[in-house]
Amino acid sequence: MTDRAATPITLGTDSNRLAYTGRALAPSVQASITRRWGWWLYAEYRLINMRAYLQTILIRAIGLPLLYLSSMGLGLGNLVDAGAGGVDGVSYLVFVGPGLLVSSIVMEATGEFTFPVMSGFKWQKHYFAAAASPLTPAQIALGEVAAVGLRFIAETVIFWLALLLFGAVVSPASWLVVLIAPLAALAFGAPLLAFAATQTDEGTQFSFIQRFIVMPMFLFAGTFFPLTAMPWYLQWVGWVSPMWHGTQLARVVCYGMANPWWLTVVHMAVLVGCTAGGVWAAIRVFTRRLRR
Amino acid sequence: MSVIEARGLVKSYGDLNAVDGIDFEVAAGESFGLLGPNGAGKSTTMRMIGGTSLRTAGTLTVLGMDPEVQGPDVRANLGVIPQQDNLDTELRCRENLITYGRYFGLPRAYLQQRADDLLAFAQLTEKANEKVDNLSGGMKRRLTIARGLINEPRILLLDEPTTGLDPQARHILWDRLFRLKEEGVTLVVTTHFMDEAEQLCDRLVVMDHGRIVAEGSPAQLIREHSTREVLEVRFGSDRNAAVVEQLADLAERIEVLPDRVLLYSADGEAALEHVRGRGLNPVTSLVRRSSLEDVFLRLTGRSLID
Amino acid sequence: MTAMAGLYAGNVRAVLERGFKVIGNQNWTILVSGFFEPVFYLLAMGYGLGGMVGQVSGPNGTPMSYLSFIAPALLATSAMNGAIYDSTWNVFFKMKFARIYEAMLSTSLGPLDVAAGEIGMALFRGLLYACGFLVVMAGLGIATSWWALAMVPVALLIALGFAAVGMAVTSWFSTFQQMELINIVLLPMFMFSSTLFPIDVYPQAVQWFIQALPLWHGVELMRQLSIGAFGPMTAVHLAYFGVMSVAGVIFCALRLRALFLR
Repeated sequence: MTDRAATPITLGTDSNRLAYTGRALAPSVQASITRRWGWWLYAEYRLINMRAYLQTILIRAIGLPLLYLSSMGLGLGNLVDAGAGGVDGVSYLVFVGPGLLVSSIVMEATGEFTFPVMSGFKWQKHYFAAAASPLTPAQIALGEVAAVGLRFIAETVIFWLALLLFGAVVSPASWLVVLIAPLAALAFGAPLLAFAATQTDEGTQFSFIQRFIVMPMFLFAGTFFPLTAMPWYLQWVGWVSPMWHGTQLARVVCYGMANPWWLTVVHMAVLVGCTAGGVWAAIRVFTRRLRR
Repeated sequence: MSVIEARGLVKSYGDLNAVDGIDFEVAAGESFGLLGPNGAGKSTTMRMIGGTSLRTAGTLTVLGMDPEVQGPDVRANLGVIPQQDNLDTELRCRENLITYGRYFGLPRAYLQQRADDLLAFAQLTEKANEKVDNLSGGMKRRLTIARGLINEPRILLLDEPTTGLDPQARHILWDRLFRLKEEGVTLVVTTHFMDEAEQLCDRLVVMDHGRIVAEGSPAQLIREHSTREVLEVRFGSDRNAAVVEQLADLAERIEVLPDRVLLYSADGEAALEHVRGRGLNPVTSLVRRSSLEDVFLRLTGRSLID
Repeated sequence: MTAMAGLYAGNVRAVLERGFKVIGNQNWTILVSGFFEPVFYLLAMGYGLGGMVGQVSGPNGTPMSYLSFIAPALLATSAMNGAIYDSTWNVFFKMKFARIYEAMLSTSLGPLDVAAGEIGMALFRGLLYACGFLVVMAGLGIATSWWALAMVPVALLIALGFAAVGMAVTSWFSTFQQMELINIVLLPMFMFSSTLFPIDVYPQAVQWFIQALPLWHGVELMRQLSIGAFGPMTAVHLAYFGVMSVAGVIFCALRLRALFLR
């Protein structure tokens, strides 16, 4: 087989072996598999592609929780507990832990759904490569979300284990953060994916998002202190941030934060709504751009 | 039997008709060329065949199916080689082939074997575990072609397969494509290189401004729209135009380009004798066979590459 | 000095001129936006968290509000971040993708002109941000000593130290993954260098380690300047950055060939 390249082309001794070996599935079978599983086939590719920077992902996934919890949780917690005697009836570490978990996963979404998306359409064009296969643009968008969502789940599990290690969770229901944080990250990330997919020029739009949306969300949307520590005219920042809704849910399951049932429903509704809306918009934009 | 059939195919972007009502058929096993300058509508036509561009008007069937309605079925039969390589630079060569094959729902066991065969075909066996960034332009192009063959397609769409490659890399690539042709794969090739069209295509259409201006085999087109030979003479940019009147009767047709004058004649050497006989000594002269370049010049009044 | 032969054409000006032209062509909001991050931190942490923290013990045991405790630290951190960004990511991108240095170095410019020009631009941006931040501090009433004015030149000194070392370190990097290492070092340094809380919560050994890091010296020095309370450590902090800047510039010069002429 391997010496075929050296065979002079004119001989054609193994003619039809390369083009049709007969070993591939029939095209109609290929098409019917991709119709059903196309989204997963693309997700699979994205997960394999992430292996290229697996090291960085792992260092971040393990390093960030340890870093945040030992500095913000313990160091800063020491100051807060000495000053105010804890927050919301628990130590600062227990209060800030779920917030740090949710916000760091949400911030991962910024990395995944900005420049890599522009690369897919413009630099490396791997979306166009996929679109030339039987996959549909909708499946590519869904696969993108699914792969990144799976990565978020894995990262959340690691962060949750770090919370356990630091003794920062007190409720047995805390494992639910494994679903809550990735959902919050997609609630922010899916609309961002749709936006990034509309962008054709590498300008400053992504660093503006980082500086004027993500950073303020991290600092002002309830991660480090309750919204009520801010004047009323600033509290809307939390209400419009998926990060805050996710953090509040995480606090409910991690230390049983008192929360009226209807508000818990609102948090869930916002996260599911933003995710669904974002995915819907992303599918539309991908279809428009890959089928023009 | 034709595998691709287009009737009155139109694609508009706003006011611009990128493809402006074209008809063509491609027979099974044929090597079919779309020739024309940049912006003639070749790539758009290719993308409509793959169903990745939605047509504005007309009908188009690929293997009897409408690519807009049965996109996945059509593309499962196609191998698409885009104008610009869109390989995944974060994966190694072999991984590129396998991950791409997964898009077709093909099982891993098949892909492992297939990837090795295709790497051998693309003469990249030693580069299997190399990063894509470390390949030369010609190697990347061959890898892209290998990737396009992963699903054993019946039709291969090649958009400008050798643009940007050096002469040696082009010849290696033509050699590989020629082999696929021998194996009965239908090739659809866009190009703005005449020599490429002459090398690869059994039949071609010449496109300009979204329309088909001529159709036939390379030899037919040259016969119909040009002479057997061409004499190229240079008198210096300031003299070319002035000299032309004195040459008018020496050729069937004369084209004056900014840097040279082309005399179309059955016998180029004889024409050159006459030119010299009239005391007009060109700075340089060249007698060559007519090519598709001349056909294009004749049909559109413009040079292909400008 | 033979190591320098052929590296310097005495034309840093041309590189700076290009830098200013780029800033002029850019949307001004890009330049301004870099100013907000430390301010957001200051407002969120200083006010939001400050209410829960209360008073903190500052230089020489001076009690100070949490807001005035973190403000100088954030100024030092932003001087570091800006300088590092300009001398590492920015240099890396221009070299590898935009190929701007390739063009520059095919003229009569030498690598030293390019490096000095880029560091000069980093310091210019640092100057703007430091002045802006000081104005914010004054507006919030937490720059209580005239010594606070000295925070601007000290911010430049901190930036110079980090920029020179950052550029030298970049000479060893060839992929984005390696560049990520820079962030992996900077973020912990920011978290632990007594920026947001005093380091005495940690065991002695950890404290020593933190005190060996440059940002800690920058933060402490800025904090002393902000209220004009000095001690013997002031000289140590200054000396640390003096040495770091000189050593960094030499280090960077020695790595210029590896950085630009690869």
